[in-house]
Amino acid sequence: MRPFSYTAPATVAEAVDVLAASGPGTKILAGGTTLYDLMKLDIEAPTAVVDVHRLTELAAIDTTGPGEFSFGAAARMADVADDPVLRRDFPALAESLAKAASQQLRNMATVGGNLLQRTRCGYFRGGPAFPCNKREPGSGCAAFGGLDRGHAIFGGSDTCVATYPGDWAVALRAFDAVVDVIGPRGERTVAIADLHVEPGDTPQREHTLAGDELIVRIRVPVTSAGRGSTYHKIRDRESYAFALVSVAAGVAFDDQGAVEDCRIALGGVATLPWRCPAAEMVLTGERLTEESALRAGEAAFAGARPGAHNVFKIELGVRTVADALRIAGERAVR
Amino acid sequence: MTAIVRRSGGNPTNAPDGGLCLALSDMGSSEATLSSAIRTETTFTVNGRRVQMELDPRESLLDVLRERLGLTGTKKGCDHGQCGACTVHLDGRRIVSCLTPAVQVNGQAVTTIEGVAAPDGTLHPLQEAFIDNDALQCGYCTPGQVMSGLACIAEGHAGDDDEIREYLSGNLCRCGAYAGILAAVRETARRTDSRVGEG
Repeated sequence: MRPFSYTAPATVAEAVDVLAASGPGTKILAGGTTLYDLMKLDIEAPTAVVDVHRLTELAAIDTTGPGEFSFGAAARMADVADDPVLRRDFPALAESLAKAASQQLRNMATVGGNLLQRTRCGYFRGGPAFPCNKREPGSGCAAFGGLDRGHAIFGGSDTCVATYPGDWAVALRAFDAVVDVIGPRGERTVAIADLHVEPGDTPQREHTLAGDELIVRIRVPVTSAGRGSTYHKIRDRESYAFALVSVAAGVAFDDQGAVEDCRIALGGVATLPWRCPAAEMVLTGERLTEESALRAGEAAFAGARPGAHNVFKIELGVRTVADALRIAGERAVR
Repeated sequence: MTAIVRRSGGNPTNAPDGGLCLALSDMGSSEATLSSAIRTETTFTVNGRRVQMELDPRESLLDVLRERLGLTGTKKGCDHGQCGACTVHLDGRRIVSCLTPAVQVNGQAVTTIEGVAAPDGTLHPLQEAFIDNDALQCGYCTPGQVMSGLACIAEGHAGDDDEIREYLSGNLCRCGAYAGILAAVRETARRTDSRVGEG
């Protein structure tokens, strides 16, 4: 690991000042579960680290509503996952956190830092033995012609098909969350839909935040589709694994029992949290049945572009969407 | 023991930034060439004992516990947060010490496996339950399993077997002693918390 200087500002204002004065090699450290891990692999090599993980100003969890829930960026994943109101009123959000990582990691990792978790692509993490356009722009991509079982079937480009690994951002994407950030130029709000970017020709660029901008909080509008929701995650083992396919789904019904509001977003299959408006349209105004849920699943995976070893994700994904919609429908208030 | 880490190049005298740096795994080393600006004064407690030291921010809590403080009960398995062997408690909550830069625990309380038994050596009931239920074979993952099991019970996540399995999934056991580990945690949870098993 390369040497770096370490600063732990006492307040958000101080952190903004430190970041404003810092050079391009500076990284923000929160729980450390991604950054410090990648520093050990020499994939991240910051020259300066600004530690924000104990800024109490950023730790508040507010699920009192009524219009929106708010999560301070430094709130721990475990604490948000265990919030009793969230578990009742927005199970997809609570489950997306509870089904991520292990309890040890959830006690460390923050809900702000988790949004920017970097890919688990083995060629990216594997270091210089493998070409990787994300790690070393222009070097190529070992996943093309290599083992791509875990790679993306949506949102890839000719340079990169690395999967976005997170769960929480997928659930937030389904429910139109926004992210408040602060930096030397003041505060701004970024829709979660505008936070992550597809790899395109610049796979090293994964999000739209500047290096000196700090995530302050995440806000999610409270909706009845949140009450009738789930985060359904299919893995190689029952627990503590990244998603092969995951689905954040939410439904709300009108007085006649037809679907009034439908939310579907996918994890484990795309280069960023992947919302499925076409699949949502399939169900809107219709009854939720096994047949209509499968049609929605087929619509969700209609544009998939699989590689050599991940074709299985299409059928698995279609059925996971249908299962998620069934679970969400059972939870919805009728 | 002092590990020498070279930056790219390999000839320290030609490296523009001084090239050669020392990763300290020995507090008493006099060859320390890291600038004082980079080393960070850190104070915390380990098993109730106050510790104050100058740390290179690269050092993990795991390495500080094992190499600097001689507390080798906490094990290094994967060193990347994937196996749970290095689990300790930080202010009462379980974490993996391998992914915790030691400078981050400034002002906090660390509990390791060495702090679990009573001062007179009497084992904690969960440690006894590991023995009674044959919950180990090689024993390498056991300190992490015990620290994780204690936290699982304290968190209220030991309500039934499925919940215990889920909340211990961050601790791998390659000998496959899972059945015994599950039994030990279940038995201890029932003894120590009358609410467990209800509802």
